Amino acid sequence: MPCTDDSPERIAAEARRALEICNACQYCNGYCALFRALKSRRQVGRADMLFLANLCHSCRSCYHACQYAPPHAFAVNLPKSLSLVRQDSYRDHAWPPVLRGRLRYSGRAVVVAALLAVAGLSLAAFLAVPPETLFGQHAGPGAFYRVVPWEIMAGLAGIAMLWSLLAIGFSVAAFWRSMGPAPANVPLLPVLRETLRDAATLRNLGGGGAGCDGRDGGLSQARRRCHHALFYGVALCFTATGVATLYDHLLGWQAPYPLFSLPVLLGSLGGAGMIAGTTGLALLKRRADPGPVAASVTGADYALLVLLFLTAASGFALLGLRDTAAMGPALLVHLGIVLGLFATLPYGKFLHAPFRVAALLRAAMERQAEARDRPRA
Amino acid sequence: MTSAPRDCDVLVIGGGNAGLCAAISARRSGAAVTLLESAPKALRGGNARHSRNFRVMHDGPTPWLQGRYPAQDYWSDLEAVTDGAADEGLARLLIAESAGIVDWMGGNGVRFQSGADDALPYSRKTAFFLGGGKALVNALYATAEALGITIHYDSEACALHAKDGLPSVTVRHPKAMRVIRTRAVVVASGGFQADRGWLRDRWGDVADRFVIRGTPHATGAMLKALLEDGAQPVGTAGHCHMVAVDSRSPGFDAGIVTRLDGIAHGIVVDRDGRRFADEGSHTGPTRFSAWGDRVARCPGAVAFSIFDSAIETRFRPSIFPAVRADGIGELAVQLGIDPAALEATVTGFNAAIGGDGSAMAIQPPKTRLATPIRVPPFGAYPMRAGVTSTCLGVRVDGQARVLREDGRAMEGVFAAGVIMAPNILGRGYLAGSAMSIGAVFGRIAGREAAAYALH
Repeated sequence: MPCTDDSPERIAAEARRALEICNACQYCNGYCALFRALKSRRQVGRADMLFLANLCHSCRSCYHACQYAPPHAFAVNLPKSLSLVRQDSYRDHAWPPVLRGRLRYSGRAVVVAALLAVAGLSLAAFLAVPPETLFGQHAGPGAFYRVVPWEIMAGLAGIAMLWSLLAIGFSVAAFWRSMGPAPANVPLLPVLRETLRDAATLRNLGGGGAGCDGRDGGLSQARRRCHHALFYGVALCFTATGVATLYDHLLGWQAPYPLFSLPVLLGSLGGAGMIAGTTGLALLKRRADPGPVAASVTGADYALLVLLFLTAASGFALLGLRDTAAMGPALLVHLGIVLGLFATLPYGKFLHAPFRVAALLRAAMERQAEARDRPRA
Repeated sequence: MTSAPRDCDVLVIGGGNAGLCAAISARRSGAAVTLLESAPKALRGGNARHSRNFRVMHDGPTPWLQGRYPAQDYWSDLEAVTDGAADEGLARLLIAESAGIVDWMGGNGVRFQSGADDALPYSRKTAFFLGGGKALVNALYATAEALGITIHYDSEACALHAKDGLPSVTVRHPKAMRVIRTRAVVVASGGFQADRGWLRDRWGDVADRFVIRGTPHATGAMLKALLEDGAQPVGTAGHCHMVAVDSRSPGFDAGIVTRLDGIAHGIVVDRDGRRFADEGSHTGPTRFSAWGDRVARCPGAVAFSIFDSAIETRFRPSIFPAVRADGIGELAVQLGIDPAALEATVTGFNAAIGGDGSAMAIQPPKTRLATPIRVPPFGAYPMRAGVTSTCLGVRVDGQARVLREDGRAMEGVFAAGVIMAPNILGRGYLAGSAMSIGAVFGRIAGREAAAYALH
């Protein structure tokens, strides 16, 4: 039975079939942590499958190395099967619970929400801000806040972020419970160290050191590098925002900050990373072998990449235009996109990040429990 | 050397591990090389697709191998499994040259797993390639293409004309037949296990029940052609490397995953419901191959592994669901066995179990892991013999030249891999040794064929 994008039951049954064949084979156990976690399971229940699906980084090395991949009669396609389970796992753990099973991960909704945020914010600004202010030239400290008052900017961003954090937190907590009981009494420090290492280095996207498999078996670390650029780019942008908040509250220095200030430098470096990372990932996605990819998950992938790209690009536009009359509209667009991004984080592809960290944590706990229980030679 | 026009210097027949090594080695020796692979691109690589490791000699730990595996240990292991039938000169050559396989493969794009990786079983004797055989095959094809080797997929060599020292080969492709003329040919086309008729000649009608674990393209056409041309046979036509597999396994290419893991824990009965061998005789890595031959020689070449729900937790399940029933009689009915016979066998077995985990008071005894079968539901896996490869080949010398009955070499004809492995593994098998033979003699054959073609 080939892998099809179908009902949750079919998706789960197909993934279980593939995992059972993989467990009998285990040739891929040098590629990532999944195969080792699989090996300790005699059978694959629903909790195991959720865990394993989110542990998979979709590097696809196993697909290209698979003696049972199509056109073999077994038609094993582990990355594709698990990506479908993963997508169902985001939907089944959405918060608030009323959304569970109802969300569609086409990606269109995410992009539409961001555009609506831009439109809503712009409309409100047109109604509330006099045109000569909105389209005026502003300079010096507090320039942004003359277009959008600080209270409104911070309030909107705060609400969106808080909602996002809450929803993601509840989703991850529900997902953690769905993975079944965690091993008890494992040493915390090594577990956290391993999880942090795995999340920070994306070791499991490295194809066991050989790199992800691209089209026709060419190996490269390009996807891993692009993901690093994106992830660390976002981290730098958050750091920039944090530094700016300190400047404002502790030192009373109001944005915009000069070109060679810490917030602008960090934000620019982060934004460049985001643009490079999102562009690179999108290009790699377009060029990738379609074999191990489920068409129904790529929409959500592109949507997140588009929003992150637009966030960074609109940030640079604002930086470039801030001394001109276009500053007001540029600010509204950037702010709207950032709000749209935050509001939709819990309902799209972004969930892969916290879910995967949870799965990495679980895998590290299992490894530590195994090491603890292993008889000493 | 004649100046007659040739399509290539070296023609390699077979795109598995041995053929790829031969092609790369010949190309690196300066020859223009063409490689024929009878499978389509997606299923290329012969039985190497299903392989996992190389058995290599080494005198100290390396990043890929723990401990040491000295030449003498390698030789003792080979001698033990082959009952001394191995050609000692070739075996010693294999052992010496095996030491260089990992580096050579690494230089041609193949990646290995760290020997200390605890996801792997501890092994001082074999090096595991990362991702298994298909990853190795992909890497070698990528290297072959980059070196400018001409590769023809879907291209089966169906006739070999070697008599005058300027070989030519008739090639069948879905679109056309053609003849390729070459200066030297390396035959690396494997065994004949995919030729059901040939198997039947040796095993009778039960051969129809054998599962072929590897490629459906191992038809032995080139083996037959060489033998008809006067090549000296080695090995045993009636012997196969076999393991016991779940009988629901696909007829070809199921590789490793349909092997049955837990045979030693329960009992095994034939289609008449009778036990016929000591299930506890092999509990280590040899347990798979021990049962291949036993099942092949059962009436109808089928057998059944029987267990209860307590025993079942001690081994890994088959990828196919167990046949289950609440009573032994019902289970027998589902398996097509006489219920009274199976009930009598189980009752007799249970009664014969002593306190030390063996059942000696019964014929045949079960020497280890004897546990009563009494906790329902009961389960069973139907078993068949799964053939890895046949054990008939052509004699070669240390330059991988194919030898005639009189000991002279056939001009310009070389062999590597399973087609000549019976020089060393005429019977018996060691994990990772067939891949090592393919790599070592593939390299030698490629180098020597290039030297012959270019001299």
